[in-house]
Amino acid sequence: MKKNYLIIVSEDPLEFPATRRAGDLALQLKQCGHEVALFLVQNGVLASRASASADGLSPIFASAIEVLADDFSLRERGIEFNELRAGVAPAPIDTVVSRLAAGWNTLWS
Amino acid sequence: MQVLNIVDQAYRATVEEQDDTVLWFTQVLRGAEANVALLLRGSAVNYLVFRQDAGGLAFGAWKQAQPPRVAASIVALLASHTPVLAVEEDLAERGIRTSDCIAGVQAVPRAKLGEIVERFDRVWQW
Amino acid sequence: MTAKPCLTFLLMDPPFESARTTTAFRLIHSALAQGHDVKVFAYEGAVSLAFARQAAHANGVHGRDAAQEAHPLTREWIAFLQADAGARGARLEWVNCGLCVDERGVGETVPEVRRGSPVDFLKMVKESVNTLVVPTR
Repeated sequence: MKKNYLIIVSEDPLEFPATRRAGDLALQLKQCGHEVALFLVQNGVLASRASASADGLSPIFASAIEVLADDFSLRERGIEFNELRAGVAPAPIDTVVSRLAAGWNTLWS
Repeated sequence: MQVLNIVDQAYRATVEEQDDTVLWFTQVLRGAEANVALLLRGSAVNYLVFRQDAGGLAFGAWKQAQPPRVAASIVALLASHTPVLAVEEDLAERGIRTSDCIAGVQAVPRAKLGEIVERFDRVWQW
Repeated sequence: MTAKPCLTFLLMDPPFESARTTTAFRLIHSALAQGHDVKVFAYEGAVSLAFARQAAHANGVHGRDAAQEAHPLTREWIAFLQADAGARGARLEWVNCGLCVDERGVGETVPEVRRGSPVDFLKMVKESVNTLVVPTR
């Protein structure tokens, strides 16, 4: 049965190997046929600039997995929407709630 | 409802709390007959080492009477028929041998975690 | 009007220590604003979020007195969210893990916060359409 997974990444992927594990899990779940999205929040958005170095989430950015970045966290860190990598879309925190309410399995990595 | 508790941190305030508070939480849920399984990854795989000993802490006249016995928590969970899984590579990377570990834990390859996770109705990362 | 699904959140971080606290409150606020009933189980350090004796202070570096500094207090956030929930016809249930409260000495809480145990969390989970555990680091 196809399921939906939302993985919240709140730490800087350049600093924390755990974020790579979140990315690996996301890719595996996608390969299992499930719908998967990442929600970057807090320092997790530090991976979202187009000019950022490769990091543990790079395979995700290169995949078809939806990547959303919390708009407040972006603004808090002075990251403008037009600086974002291809495949990363700004999104309000309401998105997490909507997905929770819609039954998405949500893990905070 | 089948729940998977994923624990990847280890020894966070375990001396003060006399336990790993997430393992303790899992034990309470099991006591309430929740269908919970435990997946250990990252540092938390060290919880499987049966030789852990946090005893002997003292500050002046204060001596810890009940140090954490995390291995005992794992044994108790296994005894209550709680599935306990651990990531193989995380054990190997830390040089933890099977002979160091509590018996009865299911080692899973990192590449198979997606297949493990998808079996559960709820997956909580702690 | 069709009732919206109930959501449960488990929090672990104490106030003033982690950005996760702010994010968690943003999620709770969003859930209430979207009309959901919300249940919160506060575990470990998060039991201090509702501690009634949190007090604002002045800030000499900022050059502001206590009133001007208007320091955020999570106990006020909880109270405002409870009022906000009431105004929207939604419910915010807040339960502190009792043993966590005892060891931290934070039993004095804002109103409408009760103590419970992980069994209460399990009940919340069963009464909700979904649950998010916000872990600590």
